[in-house]
Amino acid sequence: MTNEVTNIVVEVLPRFEGYVYPNESGAHPLWSVLIVLYPYITGLVAGAFIMASLVRVFRVRALEPVYRLSLLTALAFLLCAPLPLLFHLGHPERCFEVMMTPHLTSPMAIFGFVYAWYLMAVLLLELWFDFRRDLVAWSTTEPGFKGILYRLFTVGVTDVSEPALRLDDRIGHLLSVIGIPSAFLLHGYVGFIFGSVKANPWWGNPLMPIIFILSAVVSGIALCVFNYMVLSWVRRKTADMRCLDVMTMFLFYALVVDAAIETLDWVHRVYSAEEGFQVMQYMARERLFYTLNLGQSLLGTLVPLLLLGSLQLLRKRVPELVRRRMYFASASFILIGVLAMRWNVVIGGQLFSKSLRGVMAYKLEFAGMEGWFIGAVLLSLPFIILTVFIHLFLSEKLPSTGHGDG
Amino acid sequence: MKSEISRRDILGGLGAVMAGLATLPLARTAKAAVQKLAVSANAPKGYDPTQHRWVMGIDINRCIGCGICVEACKTENHVPMGRNYFRTWIERYIITKPKPGTGAARGEVLVESPDGGMHGFSDLPVPAADVLHSFFVPKLCNLCEHSPCVQVCPVGATFDAPDGAVLIDPEYCIGCGFCIQACPYGCRFLNPFTRTAEKCTLCYHRITRGLKPACVEVCPTQARIFGDLKNAPPEDPIRQFYQDNRVQALKPFLGTDPRLFYAGMDKEVR
Repeated sequence: MTNEVTNIVVEVLPRFEGYVYPNESGAHPLWSVLIVLYPYITGLVAGAFIMASLVRVFRVRALEPVYRLSLLTALAFLLCAPLPLLFHLGHPERCFEVMMTPHLTSPMAIFGFVYAWYLMAVLLLELWFDFRRDLVAWSTTEPGFKGILYRLFTVGVTDVSEPALRLDDRIGHLLSVIGIPSAFLLHGYVGFIFGSVKANPWWGNPLMPIIFILSAVVSGIALCVFNYMVLSWVRRKTADMRCLDVMTMFLFYALVVDAAIETLDWVHRVYSAEEGFQVMQYMARERLFYTLNLGQSLLGTLVPLLLLGSLQLLRKRVPELVRRRMYFASASFILIGVLAMRWNVVIGGQLFSKSLRGVMAYKLEFAGMEGWFIGAVLLSLPFIILTVFIHLFLSEKLPSTGHGDG
Repeated sequence: MKSEISRRDILGGLGAVMAGLATLPLARTAKAAVQKLAVSANAPKGYDPTQHRWVMGIDINRCIGCGICVEACKTENHVPMGRNYFRTWIERYIITKPKPGTGAARGEVLVESPDGGMHGFSDLPVPAADVLHSFFVPKLCNLCEHSPCVQVCPVGATFDAPDGAVLIDPEYCIGCGFCIQACPYGCRFLNPFTRTAEKCTLCYHRITRGLKPACVEVCPTQARIFGDLKNAPPEDPIRQFYQDNRVQALKPFLGTDPRLFYAGMDKEVR
C-alpha cells in the first residue's frame, strides 16, 4: 500500500548541469524564498533597534523624531520574523518542540530563546516603559475601544509621578543598553545558522555572523529612513532635515563598514581559492549574476555609497529637495540590495551540489507555499502591523504629553 | 486606590512566568533523553543497543553498478519512488585518457547517477578506447562519528544510537531541513509524504533481528560488507575487509570522522 502511494510522487524533471547528488536534484531548493525572508526580516528588526539605541544610549538628539518609529518598526517586524520559519516547516504543529525539548548543540534550537528574550525582555519592556506615561494619559482621554486598549496596555500601573517617570527613564535606558548586544545576538545568531554549516563552502565561514550583523544594521537604518520619509509624505509634513542628515550619515558609515567586510570576505575566498572555488566563481558569473553583481553589489552597495558619500562632502551645496530624494533613493536601493544579499546567501548556497560537480537552476514560482506571492504577503505583513501601531501610538490626533514626539 | 499594581509586581510576574516556562523544557528534555535511550525505533523487545557496533564497508573494486541494492532499499524501506529520494544510490565515475600532448595525467571526469543507479547504467558515453578508469561507487549514510546532522537538529529528533546507527524519530522531526543542509554527503532528503527528514538506518528493523541490511543482502558481488564490530570474530567479513584493504573515508577534512570506509577509492570521489 505504502509503495502504491509513494509511487505517485509528482515527477519534476531535474534542472541541473554537471553532477549533483540525487537527493539534491529536486525542483526547488529545500530552503527557498521563505528562508530568504527570515534573515531579512530579522535583520531589519536588529537594525531598527540599533537605530533607536542611537537616541537612547548614545544620546544622538537629532534622531529623536524617529526614536519611537524605530522601536515600533522593530516590534512590527519582530512579530513577523518567525512566520516564514514556521510556514516552511514540514510539521509546523511541532514547532514548540524547539523550545520545549531544545537540542542545545543546534544553532536553530536557540532561536526560540533568543527570540523570546528579545521580544519579551527587551523590546516590549522598553516600549512599555517609554510609552507608559502616554498610555496612562490616553487611557483617560480616549473614548471607546481605543481607551479600553490603552487601559489594557497600562496593565493597571497608573503611577505617573515625577519619581516614577524618572525610574521609567532609567529602566528604559538600561533596557536599551541590554538591547544592543541582544540585537547583535539575535542577528549574529542568524548568521551563525548559515556560517556553521561546514558542509557548504558558500555558507561555512566565520565571517558570516559579522556580515549578517553589519548588513542588518545597514538595512534597519535604511528601513527607518524609508518609513520616516513615507510617513512624512503620507502626513503631508516635511521630514525633519537635520534628523534625515544624521540618520543617513550613520547609514553611510555603517554601509562603509559592511561593504568593507563583505569585500574582505570575497577577497579571502578568491585568494585562498579553496576546494569549491570554481563552482562559486561559476555561480557569481552565471546563476547569481543579477542578484549578486547588479542587485547586491551595484544597486545595493556602490550606488548608495556614492550617493550618500557625495552628500557627506557636499551636503550644504545640495538643495534640500534633491537631498531628500537622494536619501530616499539610497534607502530604497539598500533595502533591495540587502534582500538580494539574503537571496544570494540562502539560495546561492543551494544552487550548487555538495559534490562540487554541478549546479542546479531555480525559478521562483508565483503560487504555492514557496512562491513569491506568499513571500510578498509575508513581507507586506510587518508594514500593515506597523501602520496599525502608528495609528495607535503615533497618531497625530492623540494628545501629546510632550514626551517623545515621533 | 488605583495604582495598587506596581511595576515591580509586573516585572516580578513576568520573571515568574519566564522561570516557569524555563522549567518545562528541562522536564521535556529529560523525558526525551529517556525515550532515546530506549531506542524504540523498530527494534524488537530485548534488543540491547549497547552490545553492538554496526558498521559497513564498501569495496569499490567489486561493485558492478547493477543497482539492485538501490531498488531493494527503496522497496524494503518504502522510500518514495521519485528521482530525488534515495537512502542509498550508486555513482558511476568515468575518467578518460588525457588528450595526447596536453601533459595531463588524466583526462575528463564524468560522474552520473541516473535514477540513483536503480536501473543500472547505460553504455559508456565515451568510446571505450578513451576510458582510463571506470568504476561504481555506492553511497549511503557515512555513519559519522561526529555527525553534523545530529549536531544541528533543533529538537534532537535525529540521534546517534549507541550501536552506531544514526536514526531519526519521525514522530519528533519538525521537518526544518537543517540536517539535510548539514550533511556533507547528500544522504538525507525530506520525505514528501511524511514531511520529515529521512536517511539510511542500516535497515534498523532488520539488523536488530539478526538480519543484514537489504542492500547488503541482495548485493551479488559482496561489494557491501556489513558487520558488528563488538561481536565480529577475526574471520568475519567485516574484519577481513579491514585486514585486506587500505581504506579511505569521504571528505575527511570536514572532521566528521565517517565510519563508512571505502576500499579502492579514487581521489575524484566526493
